[in-house]
Amino acid sequence: MKAKFLVPLALFLVLAGFLGYGLQLNPREVPSPLVDKPAPEFRLATLAAPDTALGAADMRGEVWLLNVWASWCVSCREEHPVLMELARDKVVPLVGLNYKDTRPEAIAWLEAHGDPYTTSVVDADGRVGIDYGVYGVPETFLIDRQGVIRYKHIGPVTREAVRDVLLPKIAELARAS
Amino acid sequence: MIPELGHFSLILALVLALVQAIVPMVGANRNRIALMAVGRPAAQGQFLAIAFAFGCLTWAFLTSDFSLQLAAVNSHTDTPLIYKITGVWGNHEGSLLLWALSLSLWTVAVTVFSRNLPDAFMARVLGVLGWISAGFLSFTLITSNPFDRLLPAVAQGRDLNPLLQDAGMIIHPPLLYMGYVGFSVAFAFAIAALLSGRMDAAWARWSRPWTTVAWVFLTAGIAVGSGWAYYELGWGGWWFWDPVENASFMPWLLGTALIHSLAVTEKRGAFRSWTILLAISAFSLSLLGTFLVRSGVITSVHAFATDPRRGLFILALLVVVIGVSLTLFAWRAPKLSGGGSFGLVSRDATLLGNNVLLAVATGSVLLGTLYPLFLDALNLGKISVGPPYFEAVFVPLMTPVVVLMVLGPFVRWKGDGVGRVLRPLLPVMVASIAIGLGVAFAVGHVTVRTVLGLVLASWVLLGSARLLASRFAERRGASAAAVLRGIPAAWWGMWLAHVGIGIFIIGATMAGSLNERLDVKMQPGQTAQLAGYTFTFRGVADAPGPNYDAARATIDVTRSGIPVATLHPEKRFYVAQQMPMTEASIDIGPFRDVYVNLGDRLDDGSWVVGLFYKPFISWVWLGCLLMAVGGVFAASDRRYRRLAEREAPAGAARRTT
Repeated sequence: MKAKFLVPLALFLVLAGFLGYGLQLNPREVPSPLVDKPAPEFRLATLAAPDTALGAADMRGEVWLLNVWASWCVSCREEHPVLMELARDKVVPLVGLNYKDTRPEAIAWLEAHGDPYTTSVVDADGRVGIDYGVYGVPETFLIDRQGVIRYKHIGPVTREAVRDVLLPKIAELARAS
Repeated sequence: MIPELGHFSLILALVLALVQAIVPMVGANRNRIALMAVGRPAAQGQFLAIAFAFGCLTWAFLTSDFSLQLAAVNSHTDTPLIYKITGVWGNHEGSLLLWALSLSLWTVAVTVFSRNLPDAFMARVLGVLGWISAGFLSFTLITSNPFDRLLPAVAQGRDLNPLLQDAGMIIHPPLLYMGYVGFSVAFAFAIAALLSGRMDAAWARWSRPWTTVAWVFLTAGIAVGSGWAYYELGWGGWWFWDPVENASFMPWLLGTALIHSLAVTEKRGAFRSWTILLAISAFSLSLLGTFLVRSGVITSVHAFATDPRRGLFILALLVVVIGVSLTLFAWRAPKLSGGGSFGLVSRDATLLGNNVLLAVATGSVLLGTLYPLFLDALNLGKISVGPPYFEAVFVPLMTPVVVLMVLGPFVRWKGDGVGRVLRPLLPVMVASIAIGLGVAFAVGHVTVRTVLGLVLASWVLLGSARLLASRFAERRGASAAAVLRGIPAAWWGMWLAHVGIGIFIIGATMAGSLNERLDVKMQPGQTAQLAGYTFTFRGVADAPGPNYDAARATIDVTRSGIPVATLHPEKRFYVAQQMPMTEASIDIGPFRDVYVNLGDRLDDGSWVVGLFYKPFISWVWLGCLLMAVGGVFAASDRRYRRLAEREAPAGAARRTT
């Protein structure tokens, strides 16, 4: 067996190694420029009661999660059980940003699958979503007591992500102040 | 019930694929005719089973059976009939089934058209194809079952992605898959050759038509896809160096190299290990393309759903298929002797040069496509590689390819004199440089890119004309009709495909250099000017479609007061998918397209309108069409059939014993 005939195989194995490693990476996970910046302010009507409003300022003093969701979003269904568990354990307030959705469909969706959110606010035209740099639903922001975004999770929240990333970060932020 | 029948049928197909993968291979090794003979009926039965499964899936879409998850996610009762059908493969699971269907179709074609292959060789070819099919069918069944139920059923489906609701999408995926998967035949021939040690001119002659036909499908598939991007994405571009486009372009480049390398192996018995390596690599890149698209390892406008299990499975498949075949190559290929020697000025050398350049070009596209992944994996940051990289690398690599491409047919095999080759070509060379510079000056766009493109295009077209003329010169005295009749189909194929390249270069150069665009805000009655055309905005009316609402604009196009066209770009809103779409309107002409799309409505009641002037853009696709037609001519050459007939008695005799 001559060595030069092994070159294609060797090259391919290196390539396969990279591809295998690449599967672990998330190409959509672009480092958010918003991390460690103050969370953009908003004031939106809540889903449950259109005449009451909630803003980021109201959450000052608490470590909280902002989860962007929509009834039309397939992946939201995937992360939904994880959010339900998170809500049951009452770790932190979970605010839902109902993104580019209609009120009846959103309410029906929560009735069908359960409502993990402390409150959901309605961002029907997606303007707040633009401020937060949302480019895919779901996305989840972890915001500290001073109203600074500390972490952004892109795509459905998994149990592993909660256990390995979110909970430790939340514990750290709770301790910090 | 019907989806369950389909599911069952697909499992049956997997069983038959395994039979086809194992039994004939064992037969070939032990020289048992009865075992070898199992391959053919297994392959044909497998095709019937997959076709039946595909039919069941289509039926679920046609009858809007939304208890089938795939139909619920990708169809809707209001979807037009044709898009209910194309919705079958406009998604991950269905497209895998289409992949398996085209593989089994190719396999059946091999059992029908290559009946004269030696039994052992045929058994190994079918065995290899059986393994590939078994891999893909188990991938489909284990990770991406298209027949999964959604219980309880939903009342209404979510409709097909509006981008895919387009005439181009009806034929683009089947053509592309036939091309991708078609290289599996050349691959199977190469592996069978490595296994049996039979890698001679006869082997090359058997593989050539199969490779060429697969290449024709791939050419047509890429062209249709690029046409779709041109009018459906509404940006007026026709090639974006998107990872998924690259995934189809890399096998095309290597397939092109393979076609030419096979020619040398058939005529001269040379480049044998290189040809085998190309056959393995072309199909490997098809598989890699499938991996890139299906695993979500790279983001792209085309990326379908991502599921890590699927990525892992298909990577494992990739490693097994490519790893095993390259190991086999490393083990068996060194036994091949080099074949005849040839001089520096010979057709062999020009083809070798082009092969190397095409392989390097493929490597550069692969590098650019995977570079973001490499950097990310090495923690060196997130980047994306765009068209500037590809253009900067690709154009310099393709320039010598185009130069050599014209020289090749003038040069003799084995060795030739520089003077003899250049004598007919010197005037062509001078004329193409003059024409290239002249036209660039005439259109007022003297840049390196434009001049280079025009010179190369003239070189190809004039060179091809000169080549045809020398055919006449060789048979002085014969009537024109007799000369034309005497030229074999394979030669015409080569000639047409090369002319196609010239036409393509004109289209790409002119559309790239001279295109003009203007985004304007227009009120009804207002006009805008672009490239000598006057566009009058007549207003917007509602034009509801079957599954969308639309605003339809009317824009009159005139030139020097003479009406040219009335265009109707639309802005659609697909109800079920809650997705807006722009539908461009194009006046297609032989020397220019006038392209209009409708943007957003502004608060003051005016509309944003995009106006494009695209000179010679249709030549891009005309060129591709000529290449594909050339391929059809080449594959239909009489000598493949004649040789088959000559070998037939021996084969028949062997079968009767």
